Amino acid sequence: MGAAAVSAGAVLTGCTSNEPKDSDDGPADNGQAVADDKPGKEVTIGFAGPQADHGWLNAINDNAKRRAEKYQDVTLESTEGSNDTAAQIGQVETLINKKVDVLVVLPADGKALTQVGLKAMKAGIPVVNLDRIFATAQAYRCWIGGDNYGMGLSAGHYIGEKLKDKGNARVVELAGLDNLELTKQRTKGFDDALKNYPNIKKVARQAAEFTVESGQAKMSQLLQAQKDFDALWNHDDDQGVGALRAVKQAGRDDFLMVGGAGALSAFQEIKADRGVLKATVLYPPTMAASAIDLARALGQGKGIGGMAEFEIPASITLYSAVVDKDNVDQYMSTGFK
Amino acid sequence: MTQPASPARPVTEKSPPPDGAAGPWRALAARADLRTLSLLGVLAALAVIGGVTQPDAFLDTDNLQLILTQASVIGVVTVGMTFVIISGGIDLSVGAIVALASVWATTVATQEYGFAGILFTAVVVGLGCGLVNGLLIAYGGMVPFIATLAMLASGRGLALEITDGKTQMVTVDGVLRLGERDAYVLGVPPLVLVFAAVTVVGWLLLNRTTFGRRSVAVGGNAEAARLAGIDVRRQRLYLYLLSGLCCGIAAFLLVVLSGSGQNTNGNLYELDAIAAAIIGGTLLSGGRGTITGAVLGVLIFTTITNIFALNNLETAVQQIAKGAIIVAAVLVQRRASTT
Repeated sequence: MGAAAVSAGAVLTGCTSNEPKDSDDGPADNGQAVADDKPGKEVTIGFAGPQADHGWLNAINDNAKRRAEKYQDVTLESTEGSNDTAAQIGQVETLINKKVDVLVVLPADGKALTQVGLKAMKAGIPVVNLDRIFATAQAYRCWIGGDNYGMGLSAGHYIGEKLKDKGNARVVELAGLDNLELTKQRTKGFDDALKNYPNIKKVARQAAEFTVESGQAKMSQLLQAQKDFDALWNHDDDQGVGALRAVKQAGRDDFLMVGGAGALSAFQEIKADRGVLKATVLYPPTMAASAIDLARALGQGKGIGGMAEFEIPASITLYSAVVDKDNVDQYMSTGFK
Repeated sequence: MTQPASPARPVTEKSPPPDGAAGPWRALAARADLRTLSLLGVLAALAVIGGVTQPDAFLDTDNLQLILTQASVIGVVTVGMTFVIISGGIDLSVGAIVALASVWATTVATQEYGFAGILFTAVVVGLGCGLVNGLLIAYGGMVPFIATLAMLASGRGLALEITDGKTQMVTVDGVLRLGERDAYVLGVPPLVLVFAAVTVVGWLLLNRTTFGRRSVAVGGNAEAARLAGIDVRRQRLYLYLLSGLCCGIAAFLLVVLSGSGQNTNGNLYELDAIAAAIIGGTLLSGGRGTITGAVLGVLIFTTITNIFALNNLETAVQQIAKGAIIVAAVLVQRRASTT
């Protein structure tokens, strides 16, 4: 903080003086050091994530590892993933004891890992909190994650625009695990977006469990219950594999389907344009790569490119973009299996 | 229900029909087992509820096909589970075995061998896990609860190791087509045919063979069975093999149904299968049970889920109601079998 204040003061005097500077790239160029691809100070990043028992989490680990390998100055100490809160606390504590420079933590349960986040911060190790947020902002230096509410909004607006000229349009929702808060947030966003379109009514909602098996089971029931609807939003592309299977088995093609998360199989289906799946809203696993970048910048005491500040932000919420046939190629490499 | 004054003899026969029940219906009822009839009653009541609340969506051929298809995978698992419970054991690893068999059967390497490769792998992995369970329990002297709990943990772990958390898509056309409408035989989905076949074979095995009688005897009183000359250990080994086989078949059905293999497959099957068997009148302590009852138990569960979904009930309401219905079904059954 002190160093930042001093340099901020230096900039202030720099701005008020009339002497020309060495470089004059415009008013926002304050000579801040930004993290870029050039090797800098060596940084050891400790990474603790949950057990990669499904596609998205697996992609999180991949993204973090690949990004770390890209930088010569970064050493990644990653722990074996665990879904057990006690085990994960132990792993983070081990990383603290190893005195890593920066921590990146994707908690199995954000609230439950808060204390260990605080402990790391007190030990002088800045924490980048990935996606599942700690209970207090004191437990992390920077939070980066997806936007579940925004996912619902994006899906709702996409479907709304597609159906806005259709009278009495009917929409169905296949949600994810209902006992997770994120599922409620996604549904809330979806409902809020649909409120902008008075001609659309959500006629049914059932919750699957993020698995292919549950997706197939719940979707086939929904198709049986709703013989006629115009659009479907499915929260998760993994369970979407099962949902698409159910659609095929029922021989239905009379509606438009939007997915969620951004799995490779969904991208391929959208690109091929051969079925009901026309788009998916992202919950990008690339956030793990960005977290590594943020951790590196923290470790090197730099800001990030594209922003005027000397430090990285305290909080970054990623945008939930809509991927459809027109832009799918650009996202193909980020799709997870 | 149990007869305390019959030592060292497995209780297999039903209590004789009460005297004075002269009407043909009463006689028929007594013969067909009141327990089973009460389950049919529950199923009929559910059908009425479904028909009244959703006359269009519930009462049509598509929905009947759907309910039976959804029941097939867990149904096959339940048949195996029923045998194990009748013999006084328990198999907590069924869900994990289904997961492991389904992912092993859908690896890129397996899929190169086509339809037969997938079917063969699923069945062999199921049998292999059953063999390990059986050896540990019958010859290793481990308690079934612990041995199969260990299999649950390792099986799930190995499934995760194989898939690396990824969803394995099936690319073999023959397998995919088997789960689609064109493959229906006279309106019956192939999955349902397999389920029916497993049920019939299971019924015959339990009621018409020495294997079945030995299973009941081992569950009723293992020591008495041993004294009567039954090789209890070998019988137990066979029973866990049978459960593993059922899991392998179920895994194949699940691969056909979902067109993929995922390590999350078969989630909590152990509880669903045990619940269905118990609702069907199988004693958790062993010695008594019926395949018909277990299968009716599965159908009751599947029908409940179906009615909930058709009525668009929230997950929380579904769970509460499901618990209440389980209690109600068991109470109705107990009343029917004690009067």
